[in-house]
Amino acid sequence: MNAPAAAPPLSREPFDRMLLLAVPATLFMLLLFIYPFLYGLMLSFTPQEGGWLANYQKFFTTDNLWPTVWTTLKLALPATIVNVGIALPIAYQMRIKSRWQRWITTILVVPITLGTVLIAEGMLTYFGPKGWLAQFLQLVHLYEGPIRLTHNYWGVLISLIISGFPFAFLLILSYVTGIDPVLARAASTLGAKPLAQFRHIYLPLLAPGLAMCFCLAFVQAFSVFPSAVLLGAPAGPTRVISIAAYEAAFEQYDYSLASAIAMIMGFVQLLIVAAVLGLRGMFYRGPVVGGKG
Amino acid sequence: MKHDFSELRLEGVTRRFAGAGGQAFAALDDLTMTIRRGEFIALLGPSGCGKSTALNCIAGLMPLSGGSIRLDDMRIDTLPPEKRGFGMVFQNYALFPHMSVEKNVGFGLRMQGIPGDQVGKRVAHALRMVQLTGQEHKLPGQLSGGQQQRVAIARAIVIEPPLVLMDEPLSNLDAKLRIETRAEIRRIHRELGRATIYVTHDQDEALSLADRIVVMKDGVVQQIAPPVEVYAQPANLHVARFMGYRNVIELDVLRETAGRVDLGGPDMQLTGIRKQEGNGKRAFVAIRPEEITLGDGPGGRNTIAARVDNVEYCGRDSLVDVITPTGTRLHVRATTSPALGDNVTVNVPVERVLVYGA
Repeated sequence: MNAPAAAPPLSREPFDRMLLLAVPATLFMLLLFIYPFLYGLMLSFTPQEGGWLANYQKFFTTDNLWPTVWTTLKLALPATIVNVGIALPIAYQMRIKSRWQRWITTILVVPITLGTVLIAEGMLTYFGPKGWLAQFLQLVHLYEGPIRLTHNYWGVLISLIISGFPFAFLLILSYVTGIDPVLARAASTLGAKPLAQFRHIYLPLLAPGLAMCFCLAFVQAFSVFPSAVLLGAPAGPTRVISIAAYEAAFEQYDYSLASAIAMIMGFVQLLIVAAVLGLRGMFYRGPVVGGKG
Repeated sequence: MKHDFSELRLEGVTRRFAGAGGQAFAALDDLTMTIRRGEFIALLGPSGCGKSTALNCIAGLMPLSGGSIRLDDMRIDTLPPEKRGFGMVFQNYALFPHMSVEKNVGFGLRMQGIPGDQVGKRVAHALRMVQLTGQEHKLPGQLSGGQQQRVAIARAIVIEPPLVLMDEPLSNLDAKLRIETRAEIRRIHRELGRATIYVTHDQDEALSLADRIVVMKDGVVQQIAPPVEVYAQPANLHVARFMGYRNVIELDVLRETAGRVDLGGPDMQLTGIRKQEGNGKRAFVAIRPEEITLGDGPGGRNTIAARVDNVEYCGRDSLVDVITPTGTRLHVRATTSPALGDNVTVNVPVERVLVYGA
């Protein structure tokens, strides 16, 4: 019996040398992200004492550890919702090019250039018990009681909003201006009032972008550290998860527990991001133009 | 919001923009006309002539700098577009990319708060009119250019607007589809029985579709007339050039009696019909290439001797360029193809030589 003739080898695609351009980025990711992540993951399963899950058991049974998840969520979620919620209408108004657009955009974006510490310094002066705000309110007899907007929950929340807003605003502005304004004009000729134009045209087309923006802003807010220390009450109401990790690593020198806390932090972020991106899948995600250009 | 009307009156409609150096320039200057129910009006002109500005002003997408627009006795130029209820077809269609064909077409009805079952019926009817039945659930991105174009038309007409506004709706289609859709647009206009204003830079489209053509240049109306008149009797040289009068020659006026003008130049004598008054000394004649006949013998009146300079074969006929001894070039549509360098004579009937003031 004759063996069937071997099929001629499929002509191989010539190696695309353009792919080599991805090597530096891949190396960077491997060395500075994947490796430390895997190292931390392994470390979290090799506790100083007890079984391989001892760190995680400790986290979820210790009274000053597991509540930090809620503390952080209680700061990060409202800050993100407020930022996206305020940035959306302002960015929507800024979609029309005007003399003012550039100035307003510039002013709104300035806080991104300030460091968290600088914002904290400013807030202590402005919102503190003897700050300008308190003095002004007492001067015009609008509110006589004590002003407590620093060294507590509100101080951290305000600082997260100030530092996170420009980011959310810029991101949403780029999504808004990417939508062909002729769509809203078409809707208006079909009887849609300005609010209906926003609701039926802009909002559905922006939804995927808003979800993306929410995720990025949330991850940023969830890893809050400096402002929670400087403007909050790091021993109590604003003891966020990154403070717990910091204490484990640099005060108790328990790198293994710190790694476990970092893993839990990452997992919570992943959970929220996955939920939001899951919602995003329910919306139209194609190009946002209305036909041939 | 009205669905029917008897006339739309534009009075001195003007739109100025801030131009270079703070100088305001009028993109649309003093457009005055009355559009009656049932009419198909084409706004015709080269790009930048103000035709799209006029359409946007009527739709309410652009505020007027002057003048007024009235639908019967109702003044509408102060109303926002959503209160005018005119259907508009945009050049790039402007379909809502996240809505199905059905949702796109039904959008205007839903905005008017019409109940769902009626929306469904009317959408189905509109889609039948543009022959898109069966495509209801597709997204615009899944349709071809021609289908998107028809969705845009269905979306504009389903609200039963008194006026349908179309901004170069065929410019993104290929030549064959353009001619097919042209006939379709004319049919839909007849079925609706209201009025259509159609912006185009293509004189063939304007001639074939419109009841009346508004020829524009630099924001100013040059002529408002039925296609036959715009084609045969252009009001001025701009219109003539735009309508295909490719031969424009400046000559001396020799004699003028009862609208007939005898003109002369170094190597030609022409008699033509006065269309626009001039200074009585010099005048321009405008002649269409297809009005000139090519011969070789001696002719009578309006015969010019020339030499063949260029021949472009176009299938059914040829485009022949001839040059007179002193270098005046004439474009001629000829059924025969003479050889380059041949000495020929060309002849044009008196009534097809249009004379415009210098």
